[in-house]
Amino acid sequence: MKAIYLDNNATTRVDPAVVDVMLPYFTEHFGNASSAHSFGAEVGTAVKTARQQLQQLLGAAHDHEIIYTSGGTESDNAAILSALEALPDRNEIVTSKVEHPAILSLCEHLEKTGRAKVHFIGVDKVGQLDIDAYRAALSDRVAVVSLMWANNETGTIFPVEGLAELAKEHGALFHTDAVQAAGKTPISLKDSAIDMLSLSGHKLHGPKGIGALYVKKGARFKPLIRGGHQERARRGGTENVPAIIGLGKAAELALQHMAEEQGRVRELRDRLEKAVLQRVPNCIVNGDRHDRLPNTSNIAFEYVESEAILLHLNRGGVAASSGSACTSGSMEPSHVLKAMEIPEAALHGAVRFSFSRDNASEDVDRVIEALPGIVEKLREMSPFWAEADKKTSDSKPVFA
Amino acid sequence: MWEYSDKVKEHFFNPKNAGVLVDANAVGEVGALSCGDALKLMLHIDPVTEIVLEAKFQTYGCGSAIASSSALTELVIGKTLAQARAITNRDIAEYLGGLPPEKMHCAVMGHEALQSAIADFRGEVWRPLHEEGALVCKCHGVDAGVIERAIRENGLSTVDQVSAFTQAGTGCTTCYEQIEDILARVASEVAAAQIVEISEEVVSSAATTQAPAAPRAGAVNLFTAAMRPASAPAPRPPAPVRPAAETSPLSPASPPSAGMTNLKRIRLIEETIEDLRVYLRKDGGDCELIDVDGSNVLVSLTGACVGCQMASVTVSGIQERLITKLGVPIRVIPVGRNAH
Ligand code: FES
Repeated sequence: MKAIYLDNNATTRVDPAVVDVMLPYFTEHFGNASSAHSFGAEVGTAVKTARQQLQQLLGAAHDHEIIYTSGGTESDNAAILSALEALPDRNEIVTSKVEHPAILSLCEHLEKTGRAKVHFIGVDKVGQLDIDAYRAALSDRVAVVSLMWANNETGTIFPVEGLAELAKEHGALFHTDAVQAAGKTPISLKDSAIDMLSLSGHKLHGPKGIGALYVKKGARFKPLIRGGHQERARRGGTENVPAIIGLGKAAELALQHMAEEQGRVRELRDRLEKAVLQRVPNCIVNGDRHDRLPNTSNIAFEYVESEAILLHLNRGGVAASSGSACTSGSMEPSHVLKAMEIPEAALHGAVRFSFSRDNASEDVDRVIEALPGIVEKLREMSPFWAEADKKTSDSKPVFA
Repeated sequence: MWEYSDKVKEHFFNPKNAGVLVDANAVGEVGALSCGDALKLMLHIDPVTEIVLEAKFQTYGCGSAIASSSALTELVIGKTLAQARAITNRDIAEYLGGLPPEKMHCAVMGHEALQSAIADFRGEVWRPLHEEGALVCKCHGVDAGVIERAIRENGLSTVDQVSAFTQAGTGCTTCYEQIEDILARVASEVAAAQIVEISEEVVSSAATTQAPAAPRAGAVNLFTAAMRPASAPAPRPPAPVRPAAETSPLSPASPPSAGMTNLKRIRLIEETIEDLRVYLRKDGGDCELIDVDGSNVLVSLTGACVGCQMASVTVSGIQERLITKLGVPIRVIPVGRNAH
């Protein structure tokens, strides 16, 4: 039985074309991009090409606005810490309650160590930012606003361009964690007020351990990692050349597949969602119906616990996830769903299906076939289900 | 995803005894929807023999919660209530070939449901341990009592272990420091109890004129052994003991009470000494409490006890009794009547 992978928000399969372009950079083209001789120059050119491929994906004005990093987490950390250092007369951060732990735990740490005051802005039932609270938190004390482009658990997309404009009115730097959005939704930074953007290679069919931070030309920036002059002295350390080449190729391919992502992949996702809602009572789709990543579906099944569903699905050859992979090691229900105040009965029963261009229609069929039986079996075992049936009115799907 | 043993998977995918037991005469319910796991254990117990004839469960929770519930029913069927009562969370986990540490709380839930069902059968109300003492972990509603019990019963020594057994500290982690404090307190109390245990071995071995006995089987687990302080006194050589083995004051006492106020502590010391006096008087001696100064208890020995060559043995007997009662290290110091 073919294994079906529906956990692409955790990580994606590296595209074979990406692997192909990477391989020579381990063997033939092994030079150090910073070296003056021909071995280095050749590599340096390839690194520049990759930078341009990323520039294209992000719609950035200049290729040198791209800094290579080790991944999304480093990019996020660099952006926030840079802003605090670059604007020393400001010590406040504005972010949201539903950010990735790469932002949240850093902000909590900065707050705990007294280095910054942090405003964690809440969200509504579909995961959209509380704009009033956001406006209220902005002031000339804010050094940086960091809001994600798209949520990794629900796919909800924040209107970051507009949010960045508001931040600019107060002279704050604006950073967006676009790790989930890059490659799935069109991005054009050229004319936006966004100062910084993080992305990660392995979320867009590129390799793990490589990412990028976009820093708009003219925006204040202080490096996180100091060392040699690599990356125009903005990020020390010898370039991870094969990974950079792979990331560039992945960016190029993502741009080519953007229409497919918005079309065929979205259709797969929507078909799954519709069928599940039709066949399984008492479930809720979490996220914004209108502004959501095309590949992400977060469905909460009331009165069952997600891990139990995942174990059954896994035995049936289907890999999905409960909330986000980064926090699924903890017992806590997702901080994102908690912030969205979804009903208690559904809080522990959320399963995330995240698609990619690798998925086919049969994958959806398999899930639709297996899922209703799994949920039914587990509900029969649940002490709450018998009573739950009588109060279905409590549990109207957020949208169906 | 977690690494589960084959036995866990087997009990998860094909749970035994899942469903409703219509003729249950003992029902235990623990957990809640908001916690992410809940278990309803239903037992049919023979009222005469008190043997568990049937057991069924309904569980809302993860893979190991369901597997633990299934294992629990298998463990309990055919047992007498007395045997069932002795089943611990460890027994459940062992039956399953182990659980990931982060999932041990599932076995704890099984243990609690069983206690609750037994109490229900006896017409008693089972007090969930989640109502003991101050709330430590707000994320999971775990209080000091639960944490302390988990530490003692399972020999836990790190915050991570406490989290695995109780869920405390797996949320916002702001309760870490408090958990560390409880760990430190229990560790010192266990160390004190260890001293008593050694002393008791000496007393009982002295009574049977044998060499110092090895620690009682089961009485010393790895944890208590590890917790034994370097400064713990070596077992004293066998000596004639005035408060003989059959005199009740030196027999094992009720478990130490923790977290008591100063006033309560002093009262307990007073009461303990008052109880002992009955026995001392029988032997023509007496002992009076003079003062309590931190962990020093000042007493005055009178009558036959004064100058008696056994005085030091009497003092250590009182000391051991107080340590057992209070669960903290205590030094008994004999002083003259006018010392204070
Ligand atoms: S208070 Fe214990 S984890 Fe939050």
